[in-house]
Amino acid sequence: MSDTRKVLIDPLVDNNPVTLQVLGICSALAVTTSLLPSLLMCLALTSVAALSGAAISSIRNRIPNNIRIIVHMTIIASLVIVTDQLLRAYAYETSKQLSVFVGLIITNCIVLGRAEAFAMKNSVGMSFLDGLGNGLGYSAILIAVAATRELFGAGTLLGFQILPLTSDGGWYEANGMMLLPPSAFFIIGGLIWAIRTWKKAQVEKPDYQIHEVHRTEIY
Amino acid sequence: MSDADNNANEEREAFDRDSTSNTLTIAIGLSLVCSILVAGAAIMLKPIQEMNEVRFRQRIILDVAGLLEPGADIEQGLERIEARVVELETGEYVESIDANNFDPIAAANEPDTSVRIPEELDIGKIKRRAIYAPVYLVSDGGELSQIILPVRGTGLWSTLYGYLALEPDGETVSGLQFYDHAETPGLGDQIEDPEWQAQWVGKKIYGDDGQPRMEVVRGTVADGNPYVQHQVDGLSGATLTGRGVMNLVRYWTGPHGYGPYLEQYRQAKGT
Repeated sequence: MSDTRKVLIDPLVDNNPVTLQVLGICSALAVTTSLLPSLLMCLALTSVAALSGAAISSIRNRIPNNIRIIVHMTIIASLVIVTDQLLRAYAYETSKQLSVFVGLIITNCIVLGRAEAFAMKNSVGMSFLDGLGNGLGYSAILIAVAATRELFGAGTLLGFQILPLTSDGGWYEANGMMLLPPSAFFIIGGLIWAIRTWKKAQVEKPDYQIHEVHRTEIY
Repeated sequence: MSDADNNANEEREAFDRDSTSNTLTIAIGLSLVCSILVAGAAIMLKPIQEMNEVRFRQRIILDVAGLLEPGADIEQGLERIEARVVELETGEYVESIDANNFDPIAAANEPDTSVRIPEELDIGKIKRRAIYAPVYLVSDGGELSQIILPVRGTGLWSTLYGYLALEPDGETVSGLQFYDHAETPGLGDQIEDPEWQAQWVGKKIYGDDGQPRMEVVRGTVADGNPYVQHQVDGLSGATLTGRGVMNLVRYWTGPHGYGPYLEQYRQAKGT
């Protein structure tokens, strides 16, 4: 039980794929201008991560080493195409906003990373949960970033007006920068800082230190 | 290590996952399963997706006509739009074709129902167009208020599909919108930007000589220049997409596009 919990809960904060491993940043910058497309993107990525983990794990003992990555990519790509088709059928206009980013889940480091690092060595159920956990970890960050950007950039959440804009006679002056990609960088950077202040264990040792070094210290 | 462990190990090693036969089995088997999955999903969901596309196109027609208010009923808006088919070369209405079921893009691919566009006229770079084409007439209380023309042409990577709406004078733009393209996200897809689209409103498509004059300039339109009524700003980072839009508008309003139809329409109106 504790193992199951660990696999599922760990990626939420303690081993978050976005804030600790700094993966999946491209889509986190691109789709987070408003909350609705972000939610769909999270749903798509989480289901692909979970299902690809389970699928790869189920044939892990038969996957030949030399075509390992191609097998992963084939499974992930098929799942992504199916997801994309489903979105186009049931969430047409939001899928148009997501444009290429659903397709780009194929190259998302989180999905392939979990396939290679976890699903190849663990049981089907655990791999499914691991994919689910990592997808949820990604989703948590995406939703936080998207909610901040939509709220302060447009004064809305999921399209509903929360902060009345000055352009409509309210008091809130929309912050246009929030709708531009750089703001996602700032918010993710801020989140990483906040999480590392709270969880000191995540702070890495600096790669380089500026101080006098003895020759023997190099090795 | 005990004997039992040894045996288990040997048994596991007897199955060689890196053997050529296993590699081929996995590669072929996986491709088969995945292709069935993908093809199955694509075929099963196709009817729903096509319905979505039709609805989306209807929405864009309403939007370009300015009839799309939040919460408004699409069906109600569509009642104000009458679809008709014209023969592009003569500009005459054709009554024998059901305008609601006429697909000009499918017709453009059939040799019987399309013509090759002479190279020097093919500024929109679409190679063929259908002999007939639909127009959508928007009425407001019995009066014709807008003419909507479906347009298409090549941008940088892809064909842009959209609608150009004209005022009842047959030469002033009242809207331009695109419903399908595959231009670069963030750059070429600025053609969907409402602010840029709004620049088109009020521009004149024909110059004094009656030729299509619309222009997407480089940078911003210089104030006070004599062509300001034919010009819209360029899209930064998407010069070629912008040029594609300019060319497709020129083609479809030109002599090989809806030019003859619009000319007849204006003459009939007595302007």
